[in-house]
Amino acid sequence: MTPLLQVRGAGHRYGLRHGCRDVDLDLWPGEVLAVVGESGSGKSTLLGTLSQRLGPSEGSIRYRMADGRVIDLGEESEAAVRRLWRSEWGFVHQDPADGLRMHVSAGGNVGEPLMANGWRHYGRIREAAAGWLERVEIPADRIDDHPTTFSGGMRQRLQIARNLVVSPRLVFMDEPTSGLDVSVQARLLDLIRGLVFDLGLAVVVVTHDLAVARLVSHRTLVMKDGRVVESGLTDRVLDDPHAAYTQLLVSSVLQG
Amino acid sequence: MNRTPILAVSGIDKTFTMHLQGGQRLAVLSDLAFEVFPGECVVLGGPSGAGKSTILKLVHGNYAADRGRILLGSGVDVATADPRAVLAARRDTMGYVSQFLRCVPRVPALQVVAEPLVERGVPHDEARERAAAVLTRLSIPQRLWALPPATFSGGEQQRVNIARGFLPDLPLLLLDEPTASLDSRNRDAVIALIHEKRSRGVGMLGIFHDPAVRDAVADRIVDVEAFAPRAGAAA
Repeated sequence: MTPLLQVRGAGHRYGLRHGCRDVDLDLWPGEVLAVVGESGSGKSTLLGTLSQRLGPSEGSIRYRMADGRVIDLGEESEAAVRRLWRSEWGFVHQDPADGLRMHVSAGGNVGEPLMANGWRHYGRIREAAAGWLERVEIPADRIDDHPTTFSGGMRQRLQIARNLVVSPRLVFMDEPTSGLDVSVQARLLDLIRGLVFDLGLAVVVVTHDLAVARLVSHRTLVMKDGRVVESGLTDRVLDDPHAAYTQLLVSSVLQG
Repeated sequence: MNRTPILAVSGIDKTFTMHLQGGQRLAVLSDLAFEVFPGECVVLGGPSGAGKSTILKLVHGNYAADRGRILLGSGVDVATADPRAVLAARRDTMGYVSQFLRCVPRVPALQVVAEPLVERGVPHDEARERAAAVLTRLSIPQRLWALPPATFSGGEQQRVNIARGFLPDLPLLLLDEPTASLDSRNRDAVIALIHEKRSRGVGMLGIFHDPAVRDAVADRIVDVEAFAPRAGAAA
């Protein structure tokens, strides 16, 4: 079996300057990979590169589709990538407003991706949406409310439901908890952890917060100046950091 | 007794390079070698700072060895295995009871304890029953089970941690001072758990500072000082 995502020498340039470069990684089903680093380290550029949200990139990014075919994402048409977004991939933005339709009801936000996948039966769509709202702990009586009336944590949980309702195989997350209060963060992390395990999802999560990496990820990449400076098992990287920069990051965490 | 070791460590060196202190190198272990067989409890001996916790972390894969082999009974060499193989070994071969409980803050104690079973495919109901049984044995009152352990006392948290670590049936258990802040009754309960594991053929590698506990559980003591790097030796 091949990995879900096989990345070799991946990079992205903004003009002459590299946002990220020379990234190698393999991601398997059920695995959560954290990409950590400070702002400007290239971690969000890497996420954009892997997820094909940024333009042409360097290196190769191979993806194993649900039907078993392995494709090189750089060689696929825009339409093919759009199809992946509709059925096999998800993206959870830091700001839920970027991933939700703020003036559509919560139920509509979750039902819409199903309609895009050809669901037509209104009753079933609503039923599936209600099931997902419950799963992400949004009260059933809020199904017709707009996300504008939701708290930050609820909005983020709604965004996760909107992404997961189509049973994606690969989900990208960009700082999914960093806009939230600490107490709300813990609840969301627990939810993400449970869903990843139950659904066997593969996840790439970008975070500047090492505690998030420790709680949700199996493996961690540490980025600095656009390059991976260290990678490995998450607790190995955090407990026994080898690179000078990782040691600095780990030692900078406030001990609670 | 089965004479194939469940853990065979050989030729392990461990040095920490501290880049924030001008690249200072701290050699902790040199040519470490020992074995653990099924059904025995091997205790790491030596003063604090000798590298006992370092050894447990090397075996568990939290620390990377400079060189050498850490061979599990399954054939996996933790010192060189890729992250996926180490994660699989943690799921199927070795458990680790650390000194401190580390878990997501709002998860209830019963779930914290049952989780390792659920992750290994045990049905939810059965996992909860077994978790409840071990929490009872360790005197965690039922009224606490639905609460997250973050709100518990240090001793209670440690017992939740022990329950979580002892529940799955794994061939190798790593124990980092599991009795450190327990009263005598709970200490005895942990000793009984260790004896049960041993009689079922589980190999254990542990650190126990309390001499009474050590005498009660140790089949053998490995003196970690024997593997101290010689002063001035080239690392």
